[in-house]
Amino acid sequence: MKLNLDTTRIARCRECAGDIADTIMEGVNRVTTTTIERTVCRLIGIDGVDSAGVPLPNVLVDMLHEAGRLASGAACYVGRAIVATGLSPQAIAEKVAAGEMDIVSFDSVEHDLARAALEDLVAKGIARIEANAERRRELMEKLSPGIEPLIYVIVATGNIYEDVNQAQSAAKAGADIIAVIRSTAQSLLDYVPYGATTEGFGGTFATQENFRIMRKALDETSLETGRYIRLVNYCSGLCMPEIAAMGAMERLDMMLNDSMYGILFRDINMKRTFADQHFSRMINAFAGITINTGEDNYLTTSDAYQEAHTVLASQFINEALAHRSGLPDEQIGLGHAFEIDPAMTNAFLYEVAQAQMARDIFPNEPLKYMPPTKYMTGDIFRGYLMNGMFNLAGVMTGQSIQLLGMLTEAVHTPHIHDRYLAIRNAKYVFSTARDLGCEMTFKPGGIVETRAQKVLDEAAVTLEQVREIGLMAAIEEGVFAGISRAPDGGRGLDGVAEKADDYWNPFEDEISARLKKNGGGACD
Amino acid sequence: MTKVDLKNIRPYGDTLDDGKVQLAFSLPLRYGPEAKEAARQLAIEMGFEDVDVVSAHDLGGSFSFFVVYGKCKHSVDVTQLHIPKVEVEQMDYFQTNDFIRDKLGRKITVVAACTGSDAHTVGIDAIMNMKGYAGEPGLERYPWFRAQNLGAQVPNETLVAKAIDADADAILVSQIVTQKNVHISNLTRLVDLIEAEGIRDEVLLICGGPRISHELALELGFDAGFGPGTLPSHVAAYIAQELVRKEHRTSARLAEER
Repeated sequence: MKLNLDTTRIARCRECAGDIADTIMEGVNRVTTTTIERTVCRLIGIDGVDSAGVPLPNVLVDMLHEAGRLASGAACYVGRAIVATGLSPQAIAEKVAAGEMDIVSFDSVEHDLARAALEDLVAKGIARIEANAERRRELMEKLSPGIEPLIYVIVATGNIYEDVNQAQSAAKAGADIIAVIRSTAQSLLDYVPYGATTEGFGGTFATQENFRIMRKALDETSLETGRYIRLVNYCSGLCMPEIAAMGAMERLDMMLNDSMYGILFRDINMKRTFADQHFSRMINAFAGITINTGEDNYLTTSDAYQEAHTVLASQFINEALAHRSGLPDEQIGLGHAFEIDPAMTNAFLYEVAQAQMARDIFPNEPLKYMPPTKYMTGDIFRGYLMNGMFNLAGVMTGQSIQLLGMLTEAVHTPHIHDRYLAIRNAKYVFSTARDLGCEMTFKPGGIVETRAQKVLDEAAVTLEQVREIGLMAAIEEGVFAGISRAPDGGRGLDGVAEKADDYWNPFEDEISARLKKNGGGACD
Repeated sequence: MTKVDLKNIRPYGDTLDDGKVQLAFSLPLRYGPEAKEAARQLAIEMGFEDVDVVSAHDLGGSFSFFVVYGKCKHSVDVTQLHIPKVEVEQMDYFQTNDFIRDKLGRKITVVAACTGSDAHTVGIDAIMNMKGYAGEPGLERYPWFRAQNLGAQVPNETLVAKAIDADADAILVSQIVTQKNVHISNLTRLVDLIEAEGIRDEVLLICGGPRISHELALELGFDAGFGPGTLPSHVAAYIAQELVRKEHRTSARLAEER
């Protein structure tokens, strides 16, 4: 540890976060959601849309939900239909969509038979995810996995084919990670759009076909550059586990997957989000996908200096919840950001304190470091320098994933050369100061160390308070990002159902068992 | 020293009227001498003389990036310009509160939101939030404002309904995402909606964002527009002063009618 932080205080924070997470998990384990059941449908091979463009998993699950049957899970109904008709899940979904079949009309089929009917399909779904994880391992070994801080850039043209051009260009210039930003407001859609898309606002729709197109393009570039180029998308919003499943099927490498982001910033109901994030994280854990948490977002609404401790508190909670979904430390990319007002004297020292503190407290986690955005004004020259300072803080404190700042932040979604210039900036700073962190110690009791200890102390107080009243009440009180959300407010609560005694999710069962076997942590 | 000719303003590098301009752009061309020459000729087409491609980069694949200097041939007659500006006398937090108390004698109700699909609340939060921005308190902190921030992705219909509900004096709309001019159509829809509700004369309609200017705001049918660099006190002072002006106009009209 580079900063002489109080280790008992750190342990206390972890203990608090663990208790907070356990309480949340009690609620999570009692319910299922429409998107969790749609995920099950997707993983047993249901895909495509009906004549009105509604995804077939939605058609099927909506029908179950309307019939009050969500509580048992979609799997047993599909299983029964297979036994009764001998059709494939896809054919069943098509018939249901065409109004030729009632999915709840096979109640006479024994539950055990329904389970047995799905056995091979579940094994096939699991095998596809495993094969992707294996393929990633092979490619990482064969090619270079990249040197940390890994260079992470965003493409967001709205058109997947244009995104491919920009992504390949960025990867050739040195980017290790490409994130395809989603179209604005996709997080509020209670379905996942279908097929290749060429229209979007502020980003490109996350669809399985778009994932596949980009994966193929980046694999080509990986072979060309000799570096494995990672692909990122967004496991957030109302379809968290479905996106996780699609990412697992198409070999994405990272997913933005925060436990509270949707609640705070998208006003999605908290019961829905906590349940969805759990299953999505289990899938990510099993697929070898690294999650990126979203603490950086707090600082766009709250003051980065004043509210630094809420970022740390949230990192502890995100970590605790991630462990309970079977994610090992190595797949938990905790987020934070370089957002302190640059007009503040010694702002850079406080940034370094925050970043080094995160590194010391979470030594095995691939920390995701987010660039300045709040104080980017369109002054591209000053912005370029601020991004240089951000890159310096990143390399000297050993951050793992550096999301590069764009000099044109606050002006437009990046142009092709904005990204190129950002990569040049990062490559220069990372190279010129590569081992600075190893050469450096912090003055005991100096500005940096004192600041980090203060943030840790404040985070401990916050976590104690949250444990006392519970996370849901804390969110209601506006502890995080100054935003208040009620337990029964927000979008998506109507898609939450209490599980019945016969609830069955074969993928949850199977993935949970596999994660335990792999020693990846115990799933609740 | 040579006198600046306001009728013929040209860019300044290090000598008056040298016309020096720096450009940076990419071309969808494989990097090489042809791409570089294309960049040079393009700059000439843009109206530059003495064009110098000082830096050229291979962006990989079929793209190249250039930094170019040139002398601009064109000039602008500044004496002919007319720029609409928000009419406001600068007042700080205390002055504005006192002004409202003394001149209006009642609290001002403001309803604010990021509308449409826009999820970026950084701008509206800077103006509205208690904590404010750049050391200035936001409207929520002003004792003489009743400020309600509805947050992100608020449908125009909801915003208008809330404004009617709260009997708002002013509506503030923030638009940050501007891809494919989504902000323009969204702002226009809001104006249409407010006119359809018949409350256009009863509220001050204000928009803000990095790509918003007062001129654009007027063009779209708003009362005012605030661009980058706006502080909460600018918006607060404008609303207070404009409402007082509006009351004067109303009482004058009523007096005339009597």
